[in-house]
Amino acid sequence: MTSLVDAESVLSIDIGSVTTRALLFDVVEGQYHFIAAGVAPSTAGMAYHDIRQGFQMAVKRIQETTGRTLLSEDNQLILPSQPDSSGVDRFALSFSAGDDFHLVVMGLLSDVSLESAERLAASTYGVVVDRIGLTDTRRREEQIDALVKAHPDMIILAGGTEKGATRSVLKQVELISLACKLMPPDSRPTVIYCGNNAISKRVQETLEGDMVVGLAPNIRPDIDLEDLPPARSMVSRAAAKIRARQISGFNELASIASVPLTPGASAFGRIVRFLSQVYDPSKGVLGIDLGAEAITLAVGRAGALNLNVNRSFGMGANLPSLLKTVRPEDILRWIPYPLSAADVRDYIYQKSLYPASLPLTNETLAIEQAAARAILEVSTQQMQDRWTNSSLSFDLIILNGGVLAYAPHPWQSMRMLLDGVQPVGISTCLLDPYGITQALGTVAANNTVLPVQVIDSGIYRNLGTIIAPVSESRPGTPILRIKITFAEGGGTEVEVKQGSLVSLPIGNGQSASLTITPLHNTVIDPARLTLRSFKVIGGLCGVVVDARGRPFALPKENAKRLEILNQWANTPQERMA
Amino acid sequence: MLGIVTHILPLTYIRRARLLPVAGQVLVRSGQRVSSSDTVAQASLPSKHLVLDIRSGLGLARASDAAQYIIRHEGDVLTKGDVIAQTNGLIARMVRAPADGEIRTISGGKVALRVQVTALEIKAGFSGIVTEIIPERGAMIETNGMLLQGAWGNGKIDNGMLEVLAKSPEDVLTRDKLEVSLRGSVVLAGHCASADVLQSAAELPLRGLILASMSSDLVDLAGKMEYPIFLLEGFGKIPMNSRAYSLLSNSEKRDTSVNATFAPSTGERPEIIIPVPSNGDPAPETDEFRPNQTVRIQGKPYNGIIGKLIRVHPGLATLPNGVRAYAADIQVDMDTRVVIPLTNLEIIE
Repeated sequence: MTSLVDAESVLSIDIGSVTTRALLFDVVEGQYHFIAAGVAPSTAGMAYHDIRQGFQMAVKRIQETTGRTLLSEDNQLILPSQPDSSGVDRFALSFSAGDDFHLVVMGLLSDVSLESAERLAASTYGVVVDRIGLTDTRRREEQIDALVKAHPDMIILAGGTEKGATRSVLKQVELISLACKLMPPDSRPTVIYCGNNAISKRVQETLEGDMVVGLAPNIRPDIDLEDLPPARSMVSRAAAKIRARQISGFNELASIASVPLTPGASAFGRIVRFLSQVYDPSKGVLGIDLGAEAITLAVGRAGALNLNVNRSFGMGANLPSLLKTVRPEDILRWIPYPLSAADVRDYIYQKSLYPASLPLTNETLAIEQAAARAILEVSTQQMQDRWTNSSLSFDLIILNGGVLAYAPHPWQSMRMLLDGVQPVGISTCLLDPYGITQALGTVAANNTVLPVQVIDSGIYRNLGTIIAPVSESRPGTPILRIKITFAEGGGTEVEVKQGSLVSLPIGNGQSASLTITPLHNTVIDPARLTLRSFKVIGGLCGVVVDARGRPFALPKENAKRLEILNQWANTPQERMA
Repeated sequence: MLGIVTHILPLTYIRRARLLPVAGQVLVRSGQRVSSSDTVAQASLPSKHLVLDIRSGLGLARASDAAQYIIRHEGDVLTKGDVIAQTNGLIARMVRAPADGEIRTISGGKVALRVQVTALEIKAGFSGIVTEIIPERGAMIETNGMLLQGAWGNGKIDNGMLEVLAKSPEDVLTRDKLEVSLRGSVVLAGHCASADVLQSAAELPLRGLILASMSSDLVDLAGKMEYPIFLLEGFGKIPMNSRAYSLLSNSEKRDTSVNATFAPSTGERPEIIIPVPSNGDPAPETDEFRPNQTVRIQGKPYNGIIGKLIRVHPGLATLPNGVRAYAADIQVDMDTRVVIPLTNLEIIE
């Protein structure tokens, strides 16, 4: 494998279950720049079952846009670039397409190693189909039968701190060994062992030969210490290998790539982690990727990453599974049109049959965006449950994924974030309109220069600054007094009342200094308690003060609910007009 | 750009693979004529095991000593009471099979006995001729006939004589229309919105229910029904597309196979097949969008409408709701032309 550092042009492909996205980067005046994107339907699934057709269509889109020839006459990628400027120098590949991986997590104590193993499992595209720990009350045979029935693609085995338990861990190894011998040889799982390092070799010797075994450093070296990143990389690599076996075309494209085949969520998390080293370490960065097949919430703080991938919630074929967690009425409450819960449910099921289809009317667009709010709300709650003490105050929030990135107006993307995640404090919100974050994360495996230079080139769209104070005041009570001083001179003052959603009179690209006086025990930002004055640059949605409270509730009375939703639906520009 | 083709055809050549996901036994032979509900192949999936600890059972000090006393081998089929391991000497200690089963593995002084299996069967799905055997997995089946692919199915397979209850593509099926004379038939109806209709169909019983659409709150119930339920359009109140209605409503009393298998991940779509004694041509699974194609629209307010593709827009188009997408102009009737994203179109061939 060669390094990308000396390369010039780079083509990155992301294979989703609905969309294949091709992104071309090249050096312009000594700096890497994003050149063009090409989007085509994914051919990983029905009727095609080979990702290469979608790949070729997406690359042809780039050819049409740029006039550059990237494919040969027989539709092969031209590598490296030729003197006539055809082709590219390097190629990178990521994926999110494919069925859920079936994961089984095994450990010892449910609130120690098993909990860490679950957090590790949450970093990849899978569903945990069984958990086996010391407190499991099933008989040994029942555990074996459960393992065989689960058809796991991957087993994550943790347990034993360093210098801690070994016998109990070896009993779990024996269980895996017996169960896997009962499975057909071609469908045995990959086992990732990330427990007590002292018995790693013995674990490998016991299991190797019957199945693929990966050894990672202990994810719980001490009772109070968790170390996921090395094991996360191994899980990511194992997931890529499993996927390459499952879908035609992956191995062929991966063989010409300059970087390892990477799960899109891992690549996304890599960029979030990088940005968290640049932004305020006390607050960190939140990356949200709401795709057709999964939602990924990546939280980076001072270089540490919490990666949460949830395959139960996506905007495509698995959309009905949202209804196992929320009622159609919970989605309906966000829709400012006179629809019924049955309309919402029918739309969600129909969308699952045609996951690539787009909403054609305002009403169906509102249903999709309401479903996105519900997914964001539930996923945020699950993330907070999984990572206790996870604050919702972020310095930077990045939005990615079709429903967020392709909303007709940036205010709709902002609203989905504010309503669904309900962040607190002061954040800057960026939109990734091309799904470029995964591509940068994939390329970053071997080339750290390209992502930095492309991000510096302003590839993200600035939606604006969010100010979301925390207050216990009654609705209508003044909670903030904001003095705005514009960089070009002049200023104004705005009083913000509890329960309101306010757009400050700061336009896109306009700089201003804000001095905020909190009233009635209001906290402007729980992560930066002393912050009172700071500079802002207005984004596409200007500067937004979300003083609706945390959590906020919509009026129960239907007419009032519709009135307030329509009021909030007004874009900042409409409010200020 | 490539689009997915949905087949709604009066006559085509049909060739389908019917394969087990695991190795098993093929029950048909090449050249054999099969009907829709015939089993092509079957396999046994392990569902219950017993693990016998030979070291403990024989009172041995070490697990590694157990191997020398085990007198059976992997793959041996045992009946309850058969000796699996025994020590030597006058008073030998024994470990016997606690139930009928098969030894699946012997490892680390333990014997895993498979004592229960679940049968997995693959049905033919339509009437046709077996043209190729795939050893241990299944067979290829071929026929010529009418083919209609659907949007969703409840996973069941059967066949019967087609009875047409739908008076129009917009028809709604109510319980009172399900008369006892329909017993054993495949019924073509319109929209179904109530659980008692599905229950009544089960009580008759029907051998298949072909619907234009169904309320999504019936999905769980439909999955429990033993007869195939087949949706041509999907969920919500969607009229049957005109082409499918025309073909099916003119096929009354013909033997109709309903394969309501719905497995998007493996590419299996629900299919209705009515054999025709003529030779048809195979239909493509994908095609490029181009002018004059017949397409079906997905998405309100045009769900299920069949139209003609007039032109594909060269770049992104903006829809009335502001969404931007690669799109095409579609003539939906004499006076109406609409802009529809390519992702919302199926090519009908």
